[in-house]
Amino acid sequence: MKPDSIFHTVEISHYIYLSCVLFCIGLFGVLFRRNAIVLLMCIELMLNAVNLLFTAFSSYMGDSSGQLFVFFVMVVAAAEAAVGLAILVMMFRNTRTTDVSFLSNLKG
Amino acid sequence: MPELSKIPWPFLILSFISILCALYVVTSNSPIRSVLALILTFFSISAHYVMLNAQFLAIVNLIVYAGAIMVLFLFVLMLLNLNKETEPLKSNKWLIGAAVSAGLLLLVFTASIQTSSEHIMRHPEAGTGLVKSLGKVLFTDYLVPFELSGILFLAAMVGAVMLGKRDAANESDTEITGREEV
Repeated sequence: MKPDSIFHTVEISHYIYLSCVLFCIGLFGVLFRRNAIVLLMCIELMLNAVNLLFTAFSSYMGDSSGQLFVFFVMVVAAAEAAVGLAILVMMFRNTRTTDVSFLSNLKG
Repeated sequence: MPELSKIPWPFLILSFISILCALYVVTSNSPIRSVLALILTFFSISAHYVMLNAQFLAIVNLIVYAGAIMVLFLFVLMLLNLNKETEPLKSNKWLIGAAVSAGLLLLVFTASIQTSSEHIMRHPEAGTGLVKSLGKVLFTDYLVPFELSGILFLAAMVGAVMLGKRDAANESDTEITGREEV
């Protein structure tokens, strides 16, 4: 078996299933965990699942645009991580915890 | 669902690694272990990118995600000394609710994929993931979003600095008195 033919038998539906599973794991983490830093990591996981799907479609279609969208997703993820971690540090300074369930002041 | 025996083994191994590491990220009690498992997940996703002939994206994913963003997470974890093993988990009610909603979403996804009739079998084309073709598209068709992302980065940088700065009242309370005691 040539090394090329191994990769060519992967269907795109396999990548779709994989990224769906990763996305749902990330969603489960966002719903279940209380630590704010783990929540941010789960969001990164969901973004990566979407990136994988973008790349799979882009390279199966032979179109570069999908991979450029991955770059823009990475830009947004980096900005989100920077601002999110700054907010987390500020929250830790005020409440001495990173538990998001303490942030219920706006609940009324 | 596709039969497992028909799927090539490199894809299977990489998928198992990424799914197991992702599960560990979600279920681990210690945030440091979560970060390390997430870095492993990013490595396996980069390997998927290599298999998809997106070589440049694989390298960028390693540098930006595993190299920069995850190190930022680790820095914050270690600076704030957050690596407590005793994170209070949500109650069982929340566990069941989160599991049911994530499972339902997965069910909807798989059902919608199965009913889609067209199965694309085309193999990944070489050349779309190289720097040459990506750069050509980025600097012609996507020039305006590229410049706008620069502005977004600037705004995020200014925002992070503003949020991370101590305000004057706080500073006089903690930091200066702390220094005097030392």
